[in-house]
Order: sequence, then structure tokens, then C-alpha cells
Amino acid sequence: MKLVTAVIKPHKWDEVREALETFGVTGMTVSEVSGYGRQKGHTEVYRGAEYDVALVPKVRLEIVVEDADVDDVVGIVVKTAQTGRIGDGKVWVVPVESVVRVRTGDRDEAAL
Amino acid sequence: MDTGYAAWMLASASMVLLMTPGLAFFYGGMTRSKSVLNMMMMSFGAMGVVGVVYVLWGWSMSFGSQDVATLFANPFELFGLRDVAATDLVFVGFQATFAVITCALISGAIADRAKFSAWMLFVPIWVTVVYFPLAHMVWGGGFLSGAENGLASLVFGVADGIANVAPVDYAGGTVVHINAGIAGLVLALLIGARRGFGKEVMRPHNLPFTMLGAGLLWFGWFGFNVGSIVPVATQGVGGERGAFFTNSVAFAENFVGETGLVWVNTFVATCAAMLGWLLIEKLRDGKATSLGAASGVVAGLVAITPACGSLSPVGSILLGLASGALCALAVGLKYRFGYDDSLDVVGVHLVGGLVGTIGVGFLATSGGLFYGDGVRQLVVQTLVAVAAMVWAGVLTLLVGLLVKAAVGWRIPEEDEVEGIDFTEHGETAYELTSRGGAGSRLAPTPASTPSSEGALA
Repeated sequence: MKLVTAVIKPHKWDEVREALETFGVTGMTVSEVSGYGRQKGHTEVYRGAEYDVALVPKVRLEIVVEDADVDDVVGIVVKTAQTGRIGDGKVWVVPVESVVRVRTGDRDEAAL
Repeated sequence: MDTGYAAWMLASASMVLLMTPGLAFFYGGMTRSKSVLNMMMMSFGAMGVVGVVYVLWGWSMSFGSQDVATLFANPFELFGLRDVAATDLVFVGFQATFAVITCALISGAIADRAKFSAWMLFVPIWVTVVYFPLAHMVWGGGFLSGAENGLASLVFGVADGIANVAPVDYAGGTVVHINAGIAGLVLALLIGARRGFGKEVMRPHNLPFTMLGAGLLWFGWFGFNVGSIVPVATQGVGGERGAFFTNSVAFAENFVGETGLVWVNTFVATCAAMLGWLLIEKLRDGKATSLGAASGVVAGLVAITPACGSLSPVGSILLGLASGALCALAVGLKYRFGYDDSLDVVGVHLVGGLVGTIGVGFLATSGGLFYGDGVRQLVVQTLVAVAAMVWAGVLTLLVGLLVKAAVGWRIPEEDEVEGIDFTEHGETAYELTSRGGAGSRLAPTPASTPSSEGALA
């Protein structure tokens, strides 16, 4: 099993979720996060005072998938979240040792 | 008794009282999310304490008949509204709401960092030492009115007990706005800047609040300005207020005409000021902002306050444009000079108050320089504005120092970083952004067939 983490543009999250659902992903964890990469921040002006806002708002998705689905899931996220402009985000994959469903005690693939 | 006038005064007083909660929203939206409650509480606190003080000795000090050295009236004459004529009570209510909002206005200069106890001690002392006397001087027949022993009479002479060139402050350019603006500046200097001022990002946390507040202020301001009419049949220095109630045709014509003019002027100057502020922003910063629109509204309302009874509607447009543009430029001064007038009480209320008070000297249809009536009104307006600034500046400093010595102004630095809402009031405004936390969580839109498996299923 693998944990796929994707940090994407907030307005893209709904599209990504729908695409993943169509593929068969049944759940994920979503959080509002902020950070920066090559996009850096941006400037906002309030009553003439210019502020450099270093952090850019993003949405982070966390999905645990079977090994066989990793490439598809990553591909769907990249394809759907892509605008081609700076700040589209990143996707990374890490191995997961085990998963337990709290309600039943099911383990690993059965718990996904 | 003219019951229509009485009814309008009751409505006006209620509208002006609504301005203070409106101001709480206007200011509250501009603070950071960790200090919005304290900001709003300074307005509500002022309502509580000034309301009580006004009934006890505020009215007596402002509008009582026992003048002391043209500066204030005997606070004990009408203490607790004893011996106040029944027909005067509505004016007590109306004037009390002015004292409330003037104090509340000052709080914008000291956002995020002042002890609530210090504020609640400052307000009753300040309103007694600074505001009531100034209200007496300008509206109660004192030194800055058209009284025969007043400043204007000393400069340009007096006839029949009234100054030849009487100062014009229809609804409080000096008493309310210049006064609050100077007080804000003095407190900002005395208390010192917020931690991180000029370095950290201190952007407004809720601009819709600020726009809501600007709307409430605009609405209430029609009571503020239009309710400030003193009908012609009863004008005069220190006149008997109970005599305001008449039924004559002349009164009715004067009342309808003047209230209509003041309403339109208050409306159109504000529209123009918003445009003036947005134009400066567009030219200087590249974008017209919602904060600029809300600020422009207030800048226009401030400027038209002293002038609304003496300008034409077109003159009001010019005054509004000037105020919107000048205030938009003035709010940058605090960064240049390094004083942390957090929410621009100086840039909006002092500057706007000066534009309006001095603008009367240019734009008054009777007495204004632009109408060929010479500079005498302009001179009187300027002198009155300067006198009000000196009065407010010196006495606010003394009151501020007194409060500093008694309880101290600043909350501890770590409390300021933590957030004054929690450390001073034991509350936080919003449940979603955990205090000091990194941010809130997104609530995912439920899928068409809700999964009972939950996340990571």
C-alpha cells in the first residue's frame, strides 16, 4: 500500500475529487494548508500599505491506495489539477506499512 | 409642540446610537482575527460607561446654563438630569449618543494592545475632561461658538450678542472628529506601536464586517447630521431648548427645507468621497479595494459633518471628493512617521474633520471664499479647528498619562502575541481557526452517495 499526498490549488480540489471517485477511490483526508514553492507569495495592498503574503493557500489530499492503483491515482490527480501555470502543486508517494479500520479491526487491503 | 420634530429627534437619537455597534463592525473587521473582540468591546464599553456618565453629569457640563469661563458648564446644576425640562430629554438622548461614538472612535488608534481596564478608566475621564467641555464650547454657547465672549467675536467683532462671523460646526467636525482624531494620535504615541508594526503582516481579517459597519455608519449618520438641525425660530446662543417646539408655518418650512438639504448633502458628499478614495487607489496601487470604498464612505461622512447645513449639494460633492482623496493619501503618513494609529483614526477622522471644518470657509454658500464672501469665515473656521486640536491634544495627553500611572496601558508582550481577545476577555471570536493554530480545516462537500467509511476508508 502507498500513501499518496497531493498539494493542489484550492479551486481544483472538487474536480480532482470527482475524478478520483469515478476511478473508484472511496475516501480521502482533505485539509486546508498554506505554504510556498516556486510560486512564492503575492502582494496585497490595504489602505495603501503593501504586504508580502509569503504563504499561498493550498488544499492537501491524503489517500491510501493499493500498490496497483498508485500510478493511476497519481496520474488522475496530475491530469485534473494541472493548469500549466506556476503554483499547480505537487504529488508524492510514500510506502505504508499497515492500515487498520477502527470499526471492524480489518487490516491492510481489506481496510482500504 | 411640534410632534413631528420630536418624533424625528427620537428616531435620530436611535440611529446615532446604532452607529457605535456599526463602528465596532467597521473597526472589528480591520483588526486581526485574534483581536476583533477586544476591538468591538472598546466600542461597546464606551456605550456603557458614557451613557451612564452622560445622564449623571454630561448633559449638565455640556448644555447647562451655569457657564464656567466659557469652557464648560457646572456639572452639578443638572446632575442626574434633575430639573431638566421634559421637552429637553430627547436632546439629552441625542447628545449622549454623540459622546458615546466620539469615545468609541478613539479606540481604532490603539487596537490589539491596550488593557481593557485602562480603556474603561480612560473613557469616563476623557469624556468629562475633554469632550463635554468641547461640546459646551462649540454647541453650548462657549468659547468656540458665536457667543459674544467667544473666539470668533474676539477676532471679527460682535453685534447683538452674536459674533459677526460665527463659527460653523453643524454636527461635530470639531467636537467629534477633530477631537477623536487628535485623541487617537496622542494615545497611539503614548502607548506605542503594536509588536511587529511595519514589519509583520497586519491585514484586515474580515472586510465584509468592515463594509457592513460602513453601511451602518452611513445609515446612522443621517440621524447624526439631519437630527442636528436647530430650527430657525429657536436659534440663538444658549437659547431655551424647550422653546424649540412650535407649530408655526415658518418653522415647518425651515424644518422641511433644511433637513432635506442636510440629508442630500450627507448622501452625495459620501458618494463622492468613496469615488475620490477609489480613484487615488486605482492610480497609486493599481486596484480599487473594498476597504478603500468603506474608508471613503467614512471619510466623506466625517467631512460633511460640520458642513452639511451650509453647502450646496454640488459644493458637497467637491468637499466629498477632496476628503476621500486627501484621507486616502493621509493614511500612509503613519508609516512615514512611525506612529501606530492602527485603524487610521488620524488619517480619516482628524484629516476628514479638518477638511470639512476648514472646507466650510471655502464652500459655504453664505460666507465661503468660493462664493465671493472673503476669507473671514475661513479664518474663523481655521482658528476654531486649531483651538479644538490644542484643547484635545493637551488634555488627552494629561488624561492618558494619568491612566498610565494608575493602571498602565499595555498588555504584556506575550499576551499581545497570543491575542488580546483571549488574554483580556477569555474568549476567541472564531471556533474554526484554533487559537495560534496553523489554520482551519476544509469541510469536504459530501459526495452524492455519502460514504459511511469516512476518510482513509
